[in-house]
Amino acid sequence: MAKELWKGNEAIAEAAIKAGCRFFFGYPITPQNEIPEYMSLRMPQVDGCFLQAESEVAAINMVYGAAGAGARVMTSSSSPGISLKQEGITYCAGAELPCVIVNIVRGGPGLGGIQPAQSDYFQATKGGGHGDYRLIVLAPASVQEAVDLVQQAFDMADQYRNPVMVMGDGMIGQMMEPVEFTEVEKRPLPEKTWATTGTKGERQTNVINSLFIDPAECEKHNHRLYEKYKAIENNETRVEKYNLDGAEIVFVAYGTTARIVKNAISALEKEGIKAGMIRPITLWPYPYKAIEEAAGLDSVKAFMAVEMSMGQMVEDVRLAAAGKKPVHFYGRTGGMVPTPKAVVEQAKMILGGVK
Amino acid sequence: MAVIFDKTKGLTDKTFHYCPGCTHGIIHRLVAEVMEELNLLDKAIGVAPVGCAVFAYDYFNCDMQEAAHGRAPAVATGIKRVHPESAVFTYQGDGDLASIGAAEIVHAAMRGEKFTTIFVNNAIYGMTGGQMAPTTLVGQKATTAPLGRDENHAGLPLRVSEMLATIPKAVFVERVSVHDVKHIIQAKKAIKKAFQAQMAGKGFTLVEVLSTCPTNWGKTPLESLKWLEENMIPYYPLGNYRSPEEVR
Ligand SMILES: Cc1ncc(C[n+]2csc(CCOP(=O)(O)OP(=O)(O)O)c2C)c(N)n1
Ligand code: SF4
Repeated sequence: MAKELWKGNEAIAEAAIKAGCRFFFGYPITPQNEIPEYMSLRMPQVDGCFLQAESEVAAINMVYGAAGAGARVMTSSSSPGISLKQEGITYCAGAELPCVIVNIVRGGPGLGGIQPAQSDYFQATKGGGHGDYRLIVLAPASVQEAVDLVQQAFDMADQYRNPVMVMGDGMIGQMMEPVEFTEVEKRPLPEKTWATTGTKGERQTNVINSLFIDPAECEKHNHRLYEKYKAIENNETRVEKYNLDGAEIVFVAYGTTARIVKNAISALEKEGIKAGMIRPITLWPYPYKAIEEAAGLDSVKAFMAVEMSMGQMVEDVRLAAAGKKPVHFYGRTGGMVPTPKAVVEQAKMILGGVK
Repeated sequence: MAVIFDKTKGLTDKTFHYCPGCTHGIIHRLVAEVMEELNLLDKAIGVAPVGCAVFAYDYFNCDMQEAAHGRAPAVATGIKRVHPESAVFTYQGDGDLASIGAAEIVHAAMRGEKFTTIFVNNAIYGMTGGQMAPTTLVGQKATTAPLGRDENHAGLPLRVSEMLATIPKAVFVERVSVHDVKHIIQAKKAIKKAFQAQMAGKGFTLVEVLSTCPTNWGKTPLESLKWLEENMIPYYPLGNYRSPEEVR
């Protein structure tokens, strides 16, 4: 198939359809409105169901019901709406329901703004809702990657019986880029023998539930979940390593910010400074190892996390670098986007400092 | 020997955890009997609430999902949209449905979601220990209204059936009670009609069942039945508020 020009949000919606998603429940919020709008037109064409819910709370609980009934199902929102979905997300995690949640992140806190941001990193990767649970969090850096990751997200969700979040900043949702829809590599997926479909008189009853009133049972359930999370860490951690060979400074950035950093790296190169980048593609599981390895490289003098936030992912960079190399941070927030020039200046300042 | 009474196949053998004299158990039995009689058990998917009936998923002998507090109508919406041919029901208390889940029930009704809600109104939060519910009567004592509900402070109790009956796609709405045998029989009839209307694809269906909570009302089971009759029914009149031609 030839490449076509797609707007990020619409491409994400079409990718979900191509991945077999047939149920979508959502609520309007900028900058993700094109996803529900596209779904409202497209779902009936594929005998699917689009429903505009009364709130994000209701939407995620409709997702819970549909996922528990065995369907491929998705919801999307942006930061304030994702906050409302946290209750449903932890219930989905607790009841082990596969589903895909798209967050096209905007500035916060509170009503914040409607421009691109990455300030929901903590919420996405460190809990968000209550209890011990993990979301698989995928962070595309282009519309093409968003399309690929959305399709894989459904398979990951089904394979591990776990909610998956695709987290793009407002830029990913709003910009237009050439896209090619390709078939994703097939994974062997377990049958959904646990789904509530009605017994049809053919099996024992199924129950979808996250309540374990006996604390010993509840702990056992948590241990089981963590075994699953361990497997996800082992199998699914994804990272792009860019230009690390001989790099003096290693940027760590994801999503749109990683694109900006690549421009900064080229600019630094022209000034004779070697810089590289580690780009987490999965924010959970986080590629700690890639950073740890880079920290061990002789050429590397420092790390610099670049984010559209006041500094959230940088905490994971520090954890991974474990004091072996200094970790610096540069960020813009509230809907402001860092420029390559500013990144270059920060990097030169840091290198000046450590030289 | 003739069998005069048999436990319905609609219930599992699990022992109810309900307090002695609590009418949740009777309501469970009625719903289960109706599903058995209408031959719906193998296509039924129920949604349990957060409240005393949280373990309903252990008692109903059909596929079940446990929902977050108040969200059962949204969960049921998701289920029914995936399996339109199935018989879907939610079983919810008054805190669950009329307080935290007020938006979800109103909008499920507005959309005419084709499931049946069994709304158990016992005028109190049972599970958390007797706090005031939106349905607590004026003057009725609760742990968060120790001097009794004051209408100037906490407003007047919500009449859910009357409210939902104003919604065009809420096609079957009836309020019943289970405080004596006659009313139990009437309650079962209403529940049956609601399921029939659902299966005929008519729209949203709800049966409000007035129920007792001896534990948190601080009364014996018998006193509770009498209190329900003398205090709840005058404020919550029994009767049919909406019903489609077919099941009248
Ligand atoms: C989000 C949330 N808030 C509060 C609770 C605590 N809670 C559990 S049951 C309940 C009230 C249940 O009362 P009701 O719906 O009237 O049912 P009953 O127990 O009387 O049958 C509350 C507030 C909860 N589990 N989740
Ligand atoms: S607390 Fe009240 S509603 Fe709950 S089981 Fe006991 S009597 Fe029934």
